[in-house]
Amino acid sequence: MAIEDDVLVVGGGLAGTTAALAAAERDVQVRLVSYRQSTLRNASGLIDILGYTPAGDGPLVDPFEALDDLPAGHPYERVGSEAVREALAFFDGIVGDAYAGAHTDANALVPTHGGTVKPTARYPTSTAAGLASDDRDALLVGFETLPDFEAPLAASHLEAAGAPFTARGVTVRFPGIGRDDAKVTRYAHLLDHDEPVETPAGETTAREALAETVRTHLEGESRVGFPAVLGDDRADAVRADLGDRLGVDVFEVPMGPPSLPGIRLEDLLYEALEAAGVRVTTGVPVVDYETDGEGADATDPERIDRVVVDRNGAEVPHRATQYVLATGGLVGKGVQSERDGVFEPLFDCHVPQPADRYDWFVDDVFGDQPYARFGLPVDRDLRPLDAADDPEFSNLRAAGAVLGGYDFAAEKSGSGVSLATGYVAGRRAAEGCR
Amino acid sequence: MSDAEQPTDDGVPGDDEFEPIQVFPEAEEMDLRPGADNCYKCSTCDTNCPVAEVDDEFPGPKFQGPEQWRLKRQDDQDIDDSVMKCSNCMRCDSACPSDVPLSQMHNTARGEYVEEQMNTFSREYVRNRILANYRRLAPLGSMFPRTTNFVMGLSATQWLGEKLLGITGEREFPEFATETFREWWTKRGGAKVDNPDKRIAYFHGCYSNYNTPEVAKALVRVYEHFGYEIMVPDQHCSGTPMFANGMLEDARRSAETNVRELAAALEDGADIVASCSSCSMSLRQEYPELFDFEGTEAVAENTWDAVEYLRVHEDLEGELEGTSVDEFDDFAYHAPCHARNQGLDGQTTEVLAPIDGVAAHDVGDSCSGISGTYGWKAENYETSMKIGEEMFDHMEESEANTGLTECPTCSMQMEHGTGYEISHTLEVLEAALVGDRTEAAAQ
Repeated sequence: MAIEDDVLVVGGGLAGTTAALAAAERDVQVRLVSYRQSTLRNASGLIDILGYTPAGDGPLVDPFEALDDLPAGHPYERVGSEAVREALAFFDGIVGDAYAGAHTDANALVPTHGGTVKPTARYPTSTAAGLASDDRDALLVGFETLPDFEAPLAASHLEAAGAPFTARGVTVRFPGIGRDDAKVTRYAHLLDHDEPVETPAGETTAREALAETVRTHLEGESRVGFPAVLGDDRADAVRADLGDRLGVDVFEVPMGPPSLPGIRLEDLLYEALEAAGVRVTTGVPVVDYETDGEGADATDPERIDRVVVDRNGAEVPHRATQYVLATGGLVGKGVQSERDGVFEPLFDCHVPQPADRYDWFVDDVFGDQPYARFGLPVDRDLRPLDAADDPEFSNLRAAGAVLGGYDFAAEKSGSGVSLATGYVAGRRAAEGCR
Repeated sequence: MSDAEQPTDDGVPGDDEFEPIQVFPEAEEMDLRPGADNCYKCSTCDTNCPVAEVDDEFPGPKFQGPEQWRLKRQDDQDIDDSVMKCSNCMRCDSACPSDVPLSQMHNTARGEYVEEQMNTFSREYVRNRILANYRRLAPLGSMFPRTTNFVMGLSATQWLGEKLLGITGEREFPEFATETFREWWTKRGGAKVDNPDKRIAYFHGCYSNYNTPEVAKALVRVYEHFGYEIMVPDQHCSGTPMFANGMLEDARRSAETNVRELAAALEDGADIVASCSSCSMSLRQEYPELFDFEGTEAVAENTWDAVEYLRVHEDLEGELEGTSVDEFDDFAYHAPCHARNQGLDGQTTEVLAPIDGVAAHDVGDSCSGISGTYGWKAENYETSMKIGEEMFDHMEESEANTGLTECPTCSMQMEHGTGYEISHTLEVLEAALVGDRTEAAAQ
């Protein structure tokens, strides 16, 4: 017996979870299979739609105005700008109060841990008081044991970038953490549970001790930014508590990997999957597939009958009517490369690429890198296309970073493309089950 | 390990005839270099480590794995003491987006630490050896189960255990059954079904033999219900507690017996099933990662979780449709970390869904915190309970007053933290498919 569902989504990141949720809303049985943890844990947690045009113009004030001018083959061009809006509204419904930015089409400017500002459509509410468009002066607080955030440097960088306020940075010792390489989850756990900590003044609690440490550095600023380690499950309470004690607005500055805002978003999405009745299988890879091979006209694309999940050696067949491929890009390993080519390892879908691998890149590291656009070409139904522009399979759609035709790092469009294509792929997959 | 054979990207433009240069000598033993090289330092593993979250003295899996492996290339570099703080929950394995074999690296480092740096006369070593080799003591206990249970339950014994051996006095020792599963099996006359076409070899492990034979009996009744011939080969401990304590030589001896016996069962046309998620994890993943006896791979590839096997080979959900159970109520279900690593995280809630009268409420993906022998050590008790706090909270919040899991020590922790009675999924399937215990016993 194969394990049977209507829609099977391969991949557990933003695109995969969105596809699963979008399909599950249409009353079909959905399963999501995810091998290792997704790159969501490395992600800033910001939901960007489009910060810069492919030509590099920006930061864009209104990403939606630019969507219709994107080149053919760009994932947004494939699904259309209306689908991008629908997907974003769908996301807003899932995350509720945890995210802000839905009141406007315009991009918000969120300060990052390097002191740069990132144009983004939605942002965690924990970052809301830190927006660069806000003209209140800000104090940034870094921790000695957390070198990923150098507060004085970030503050100077923000000022140099023309932020309309005075930013000042200080570095303090985080009370309760002795070790230089304590994990971000340790900081979060101490604050979440408000654990007892030793300070020179005696034993107190983590939040009280942190507030006292910061208080002496305040010079009238009405908002204080910390690296994004202020709690995990109880982040809202931690922020509110610190804010009350200091009499200021407290905000988080999104960090590089590993990222608590990314982890919190992942938690929200997986809670939504459970609530929607999506069956989730994690820790094991899909390694192979079989087509049904019968009855198909020679000109029709093949149908995937089942995929094979490898469970530590045992091969477990999973069958569905429709499949969604959301295995990620070059970092997530949904697209891989060897010396003689770039390929999609699961279904071996076509990945367009220059024949000579020395044409895959340009020498300028920050230049217009061809490899950044490597991925699957798709039709308007998001079905991967072969070299002759015909669908590879009749019942396979692709979503997220496995798609080609866009450079998410340069455009700041990674989350938006995952949401929009995940949403469309999930909806179409569910419709395909009827 | 196949990554080792992949060429590195250092050719000359236009040079199509690429001949990779052998930079490192051919590995004679297990080569962890490709695994270490795969690490791109995203630290996803560290964010999954339940120990690092509550104890900042523990440097986390990224250090214990690839970083320590690199440091060890220097001859004068010892394994860091902190490796003994790793609980071997193996959550880092399924976390890594880049296929780094973290638990394999931890097992190897821990084994080296215990062999080369640990004083074999120390209290810690003696205690760990006893805990790791629970199976060697269990036959003594189950020879006089009532006496043993009485003595082990005495507060004086617990006090002595803590003072002499560093085994926490906070926990109550699990009771030994008055009749082991194997004694029951022999008395019963072995298999009741002969079927050369449908055969399984049951790896019951130690706990369901000595402590919870009702789980093993449930497996027998459920499999016989589906017409399987059951073999119960000779077996030793799966090795899980030995890996976790760095006793790799003890583990090797046990594994050798297990692989030999189970490989023989494969020859007889059986597939292997296990009812304990750590046993199946050990046979499936740790054996091939650490040992290379003849048949190790074949045993690993043909070992299944007992419920998973039925789900794939029978119409289990169809069979359960419309069944009902009276003796169980709703469950707070905890998926053990070692089950999650096998892709079994959603299985129990899915399989129990068609049964009337019970539902399994998943209490989330946190670790129970006990991790086998880890939470039994006095110095780890507090950490273990801190890790378990999230699970206890979720159990108490769920709409159920009994617990369900597939791992013996998770079950101890669940009971210890909440006072709930804890069952095994196979017992629920037995009740649904075969009927209640008294009926089943009459069969």
